[in-house]
Amino acid sequence: MPAPIRLRELIRTIRTARTQAEEREMIQKECAAIRSSFREEDNTYRCRNVAKLLYMHMLGYPAHFGQLECLKLIASQKFTDKRIGYLGAMLLLDERQDVHLLMTNCIKNDLNHSTQYVQGLALCTLGCMGSSEMCRDLAGEVEKLLKTSNSYLRKKAALCAVHVIRKVPELMEMFLPATKNLLSEKNHGVLHTSVVLLTEMCERSPDMLSHFRKNEKLVPQLVRILKNLIMSGYSPEHDVSGISDPFLQVRILRLLRILGKGDDDSSEAMNDILAQVATNTETSKNVGNAILYETVLTIMDIKSESGLRVLAINILGRFLLNNDKNIRYVALTSLLKTVQTDHNAVQRHRSTIVDCLKDLDVSIKRRAMELSFALVNGNNIRGMMKELLYFLDSCDPDFKADCASGIFLAAEKYAPSKRWHIDTIMRVLTTAGSYVRDDSVPNLIQLITNSVEMHAYTVQRLYKALLDDISQQPLVQVASWCIGEYGDLLVSGQCEEEEPIQVSEDEVLDVLEGLLVSNLSTPVTRGYSLTAIMKLSTRFSSLNRIKKVVSIYGSSIDVELQQRAVEYNALFKKYDHMRSALLERMPIMEKTATNGPAEIVQTNGETDSTILDTKHLPNITQPASQANDLLDLLGGNDVVPVIQTTVPTKPASAGGELLDLLGDLSLTGGPTPTPAPSVPMSQPPFLLDGLTSQPLFNDIAAVIPPMTAYNKNGLKIEFTFERSNPNPNIAVITIHATNSTEAEMTEFVFQAAVPKTFQLQLLSPSSNVVPALNQGSVTQVIRVLNPQKQQLRMRIKLTYTHKGSPVQDLAEVNNFPPQSWQ
Amino acid sequence: MQFMLLFSRQGKLRLQKWYVPLSDKEKKKITRELVQTVLARKPKMCSFLEWRDLKIVYKRYASLYFCCAIEDQDNELITLEIIHRYVELLDKYFGSVCELDIIFNFEKAYFILDEFLLGGEAQETSKKNVLKAIEQADLLQETLILTAEHPLISIL
Repeated sequence: MPAPIRLRELIRTIRTARTQAEEREMIQKECAAIRSSFREEDNTYRCRNVAKLLYMHMLGYPAHFGQLECLKLIASQKFTDKRIGYLGAMLLLDERQDVHLLMTNCIKNDLNHSTQYVQGLALCTLGCMGSSEMCRDLAGEVEKLLKTSNSYLRKKAALCAVHVIRKVPELMEMFLPATKNLLSEKNHGVLHTSVVLLTEMCERSPDMLSHFRKNEKLVPQLVRILKNLIMSGYSPEHDVSGISDPFLQVRILRLLRILGKGDDDSSEAMNDILAQVATNTETSKNVGNAILYETVLTIMDIKSESGLRVLAINILGRFLLNNDKNIRYVALTSLLKTVQTDHNAVQRHRSTIVDCLKDLDVSIKRRAMELSFALVNGNNIRGMMKELLYFLDSCDPDFKADCASGIFLAAEKYAPSKRWHIDTIMRVLTTAGSYVRDDSVPNLIQLITNSVEMHAYTVQRLYKALLDDISQQPLVQVASWCIGEYGDLLVSGQCEEEEPIQVSEDEVLDVLEGLLVSNLSTPVTRGYSLTAIMKLSTRFSSLNRIKKVVSIYGSSIDVELQQRAVEYNALFKKYDHMRSALLERMPIMEKTATNGPAEIVQTNGETDSTILDTKHLPNITQPASQANDLLDLLGGNDVVPVIQTTVPTKPASAGGELLDLLGDLSLTGGPTPTPAPSVPMSQPPFLLDGLTSQPLFNDIAAVIPPMTAYNKNGLKIEFTFERSNPNPNIAVITIHATNSTEAEMTEFVFQAAVPKTFQLQLLSPSSNVVPALNQGSVTQVIRVLNPQKQQLRMRIKLTYTHKGSPVQDLAEVNNFPPQSWQ
Repeated sequence: MQFMLLFSRQGKLRLQKWYVPLSDKEKKKITRELVQTVLARKPKMCSFLEWRDLKIVYKRYASLYFCCAIEDQDNELITLEIIHRYVELLDKYFGSVCELDIIFNFEKAYFILDEFLLGGEAQETSKKNVLKAIEQADLLQETLILTAEHPLISIL
């Protein structure tokens, strides 16, 4: 049998193949030859055949039939065989193969071989791909070699030990004695691998970590080694661009980081050397910067003194100005990690970071964007937003969604004025409208609703935007919702902020109908515009046109649209008396922080939100369920309007005289109300905390006796008390209003005000009709926060209609039982 | 380091060193995707990218891409130095190394890599020592040839 062709020959031949098919043919032919050669148990050329097989494997062809051959090669006494055999094992035999365990014995023998290069092969293979079983079996051998004086073997044994520990963490203890004097080696290879081993041990086990800190005094040793590296003169063997063994330096710095983290003494011991490295390292080449980078990471992680931290951030700042984009990237990543803890220091580099938004590299841009958002605060919001909006204009589509969301969040937190906020939103919607996340639409709608004085301006701007472009669905949805709500403001030209435009009802309806028929509109958008058209029926006078549109869509193919149209039709016909009530202006919505149903309090019907709109909601409980349906149709799933006492605060005049409002609701939880009139939206109202986590009434109700707060003209109001469990400063009062006269009291509204030091929240009443002759009662829950534990006083105002005439009364309630406020 | 790949501008794999256990199928998938991603990068872009949950560090030397996958806590800049050191070693060994050298002597490229890195970490930081070890091992290889052929001609 002729000798199998040589490896290089095969490679040359295969490379001449011009097509994939040709190559495959050659490979198959050769594989067949190799297979028969293996069958013949040819020892001489086994090595050559396996090498060829490995080449073909790299090209992507199957080579599993060579696995056993690798084992035979490993067992051979020829060094060449072993070399190729171990290489083959590392490439073909990972731990998922059953046969790999057969290697264990061979490796064991080779670990004890007389030739160090054979031992080296065995250590290398074990350290690269040894399975847990193999590691368990051979850990002892590795440990032995870790103690040898042969530095060639010692360094390999150290890394092999790292692999063993990774695979079988319980074996870590076993290597501990061998680490005793690893760091006193002169050989850099051993030093480097020892540091890696120590790092692995310290990372995995807190016990090891404290052992090395205290007992072994590792930090001083490492500091000494590092110092020598820096101070020592030129050493040609380890020099890289003028720096002595940067690999070792970086690893030492990393181990120092782990040792210094959370430990004052260790951190102090390394302060000096870190400062030295930070200031003396040459920064012209990548090598120096790699060391500086590691140093910065270490400084930021340990308990370093503030001067050192500032030094670190400044290094990062300098990195940002470096021409090398890799360095800039690394700087941005590190700054992102530190921006929370060292916010002020990072702020100083804000302009450089913002410049990075214009970088060409995608990763850098992304990092710069994330960092920019982290740096936005009340002071720089205007400037930053300008940059960010410009970025939004020009960035890749992948970024737009994240950028838009980030802008909305930042605007929400730090908007200097309502007008600015709305303008910013408009800008985002018009530039990146199609990339805006779906949940932004309800959030924006809520924001717009709550910016009461901006309604006219907002709707005007949105209308103009619609005239320009109807392709961006989120923009179109928000715009049509607003037009539906505030169409009357639009037509009457009431805008104060800018030049009011002249637009007629017909023009508005044209636009909305255009949305309905346009191919660009999604079904959701069509739903919005149909509802908007419907809402305009109470705001516009062109009823006939609206009726016509609605009835057309009653036979729409789109089921959603059809359903809406049919229901609206019904509103026109059978329920026309309810139409104006149902299509009322939306009240201020309360944002739930988590969109969870737990924090939403559904109400039905009335509230005297006099600030919001001039129309008084009718006191009918009947359409309540339909009202809820309407809200469902309108509002989307996330925001459920809570028709409640979330009115803007007016400053209370001294003495706690009766406010028109139902109390001072500082919903951010602090004792002082925020001056901004807008309802804060990012936090759940703290008074509601009790609601979510606790049942409203808890068992200590019996402790505080009830009291009669008011009793006049047949109307009696009783207070019963509970203490809110999670917060002992909150008293929960339930009022019970009963009517002993012969006629019922309708349109009953109870209002209350408390002195400045208290906070009050009024939940919705059970109804607004107090039945006659004590046949039932109206109940309502009041929650009073009394952080200063002062004596509770309240002024109440009652309005109702009795026997056809309206009645109004004011009263003071001073007879609260002491237990209710102590 | 989790793995290192060397591939050409056309996406042909020239060397693959895996330090984590994965099935052949997974390795092929990762290789294919990563090669595609790296080849799509423009020359002006930086050498780092995030891919799955790994950090990828790559550098192009002539017609070959050297690509390493490192973990979160590893230093990207020093990994660039590791890649550079490996190229220097190859260069010293082959004398002005080019892609063809690596294609025709891939097993030697592996041997050199295995003397420089072990388990994904550098085992020797001195260029001289790595090359010396390879030299000795090569000699050992040749003195144990038992065929009738010229002793300095490789059995392969």
